[in-house]
Amino acid sequence: MLGKLSLSAVPLNEPIITGTGIVVAILGFTVLALITYYRKWGYLWSEWITSVDHKKIGVMYFGLGLLMLLRGFADAIMMRTQQAMAANDAAGYLPPHHYDQIFTAHGVIMIFFVATPFIIGLMNVVVPLQIGARDVAYPFVNSLGFWLSAVGAALVMVSMWVGDFAATGWVAYPPLSELEYSPTVGVDYFIWSLQVSGLGTTLTGINFVVTILRMRAPGMGFMKMPVFVWTALITNILIVAIFPVLTATLALLAADRYFGMHFFTNELGGNAMMYINLIWIWGHPEVYVLILPCFGVFSEVIATFSGKPLFGYKSMVYATSSIGVLSFFVWLHHFFTMGSGANVNAFFGIMTTIISIPTGVKLFNWLFTMYRGRIRFHSATLWTIGFMVTFAVGGMTGVLLAVPGADFVLHNSLFLVAHFHNVIIGGVVYGCLAGMSFWFPKVFGFKLNEFWGKVSFWCWLVGYWLAFTPLYILGFKGMTRRMNHYDLPDWHPYLIVALVGAAIIGIGIIAILIQFWVSIRDREKNRDLTGDPWNARSLEWSTASPAPFYNFAHIPRITSLEQHWEDKELGRAWRSASYYEDIHMPKNTAAGFVMGVFSFVLCFALVWHMWAIAAVGLFGMVGTFIARSYDRDTDYYVPAPEVARIERQRHAQISKAV
Amino acid sequence: MNISVLPRSVATFEASAAHHHEHDDGSMTVLGFWIYLMSDCLIFACLFATFGVLAENVAGGPGGRELFDLSYVAVETVLLLASSFTFGVAVLNLQTNRRGNVIAWLAITFVLGAAFINMEIREFVHLIEEGAGPNRSAFLSAYFTLVGTHGLHVTAGLIWLAVMIHQASHFELDGVIRRRLACLSLFWHFLDLVWICVFTFVYLRGVL
Repeated sequence: MLGKLSLSAVPLNEPIITGTGIVVAILGFTVLALITYYRKWGYLWSEWITSVDHKKIGVMYFGLGLLMLLRGFADAIMMRTQQAMAANDAAGYLPPHHYDQIFTAHGVIMIFFVATPFIIGLMNVVVPLQIGARDVAYPFVNSLGFWLSAVGAALVMVSMWVGDFAATGWVAYPPLSELEYSPTVGVDYFIWSLQVSGLGTTLTGINFVVTILRMRAPGMGFMKMPVFVWTALITNILIVAIFPVLTATLALLAADRYFGMHFFTNELGGNAMMYINLIWIWGHPEVYVLILPCFGVFSEVIATFSGKPLFGYKSMVYATSSIGVLSFFVWLHHFFTMGSGANVNAFFGIMTTIISIPTGVKLFNWLFTMYRGRIRFHSATLWTIGFMVTFAVGGMTGVLLAVPGADFVLHNSLFLVAHFHNVIIGGVVYGCLAGMSFWFPKVFGFKLNEFWGKVSFWCWLVGYWLAFTPLYILGFKGMTRRMNHYDLPDWHPYLIVALVGAAIIGIGIIAILIQFWVSIRDREKNRDLTGDPWNARSLEWSTASPAPFYNFAHIPRITSLEQHWEDKELGRAWRSASYYEDIHMPKNTAAGFVMGVFSFVLCFALVWHMWAIAAVGLFGMVGTFIARSYDRDTDYYVPAPEVARIERQRHAQISKAV
Repeated sequence: MNISVLPRSVATFEASAAHHHEHDDGSMTVLGFWIYLMSDCLIFACLFATFGVLAENVAGGPGGRELFDLSYVAVETVLLLASSFTFGVAVLNLQTNRRGNVIAWLAITFVLGAAFINMEIREFVHLIEEGAGPNRSAFLSAYFTLVGTHGLHVTAGLIWLAVMIHQASHFELDGVIRRRLACLSLFWHFLDLVWICVFTFVYLRGVL
């Protein structure tokens, strides 16, 4: 019945894990107790867990990302501490098997459960508002997608206390990830957490492609879509094109581990390089999935806070699209050392350097947008400027690595580690945090505290450079990645500096938490009464803050690329309508959450080979889905008087503000 | 357009937008389902590519020529192609609103699909009994996974068919049912198409 699971799976003999477990248990219990004490279960259930409102789902994605950022950062600081300690005769404090799990979990969590939820959260909040829609194409699928992602994250967390996590590195190369060399459940946790969250991401991708293609307000042709929507469209097309590859690849690895097959084994004709090709056919476009929406964020932010239209809108659209296409022709640069020959390597090296051209176009567009603009140094602006400087350097080290000859020297070294942190922290993290401070008022109705936002920015910027510049140097000195111990005294000082840098980033994360607390405390002072706190340009700023659940009382008619700006220029923004109509909206549903719970049962049972329980999980998922297909009462109308009441309140608020 | 000045035009747009939002509106769902099918197609593309890479790696075990019985597979193919035809007849009846006929043709489709799955399971069992199971060689791993994934899809299609047969008798043949049958029909024909590729690249090429 319980398969491989027994009490011995709980690592009680490891003080770090047990200690963390106790702290998490206490915190979790406190949260649950507080929810019960304040009688908030009903509210949570009806307003959040079963919600199909894209803005709330976006907030939940962002919350999931922030929570997992804390875990991912804890992993990071543990690695930095270990490497700062474990020089020469010292062994550090992390035994190798634990250390290996930490760097694997760090990579998996930061990509799948921090960056991806941030991106999807931003798209959820912003895309329907920017295209003048009231929700996404399939609201229930949206809710389901979120819960599947959350289940993936939960599985990674559970692996810490029940069993172990993969110790293979975040892409789990075979043959190391095969049963023979990784006999514990670690890789199985890796497989099933990514399968379930990947399914959620695929569903989200389909949902947003259809939403953007079919639900734009009348008049919004493709070349009138805000740049963020463009980047979201390309990103979601990429998601639909690559996540099936991840699903197939992990399924093949699972077939090896569960059915004794020989796709990637060393015996009976298996070919490990097949896995490495497949995983990077997913993996390289995946980094563009993450960065493109951030480019969109920076475009919106820099135009707004420079008080100018975005420079080179069309070239931005073409650059985004061409990056989307090119991202499929570079995967082999992740393993130039495979030995595919000089010509193949040269092709992929050249394709990789070509990607820097559209990216360079974008950088110049942002710079020219700022040129002679009236720049306001809001924290979102700071994130954008910090991004441009940091990301440009990361891009250049990437071009360096794209030269196959140089890559043979630098591959698998800390130079590589520094490079991708350079672009992911400097691009994706800065972008998501810029987006958060930019759109926060649209969701919650008040602005985030600027002081703590700026503290956070400076800590992240300084911390990043302190943490990763030494890693570039160490890469040149020949230090490989994922080392648990080294005996070259020359490396030691650099790793101490890197630890200091990581600690400063930690202060930056704490500053974000303080920022939330201070902002919520002072929310009355920072209310956004007009719905347009930054004097911004696109459609989402024409509706109230927080945006009403139906987004727009009347679906706007689009005549301009910068609709809201034009409306303000022509003095027709914020006019009240003379009459209102019933609004058609989807009803909340528990089906997404219930399917999520069953998917957790399914995946957890598969990890531990508990076949009967796995069957329960599978039948539960499918059964819930079928049961929902019999429910014909999935939407409702908001009566016109109710819309009128909400809108009147809003217009009273605007006249108070003006 | 100024909303307060031109309520009429707004009302027109409102009506069309509300129409777009009608979750019964089939076209948006069918578009989304198409995109899903394309993503599913990529899963099969990966499996075909993997099969292509590993097809020669028989590791001293049996290869396609020893294992595949083309006439048996031809019967399977005929069953599946016939089921696609009967599904088409069901859709024709759907267009003329003959509910009894729709259900009957869907049921025939189900029987043909089930017969296909039955044959496939027998084939698998036979191969495993001969010692040519999926863990014998990389070639057989790729073979079982590719063909088995197609079989799993057909099985999922059978469950969906059963649900739709029930829903077609339980509800009116309204927009929702039509939309779902349109999606299922796409799915079913798509699996047929994949099978043609399986037949060509796995079985025909295998016996060469």
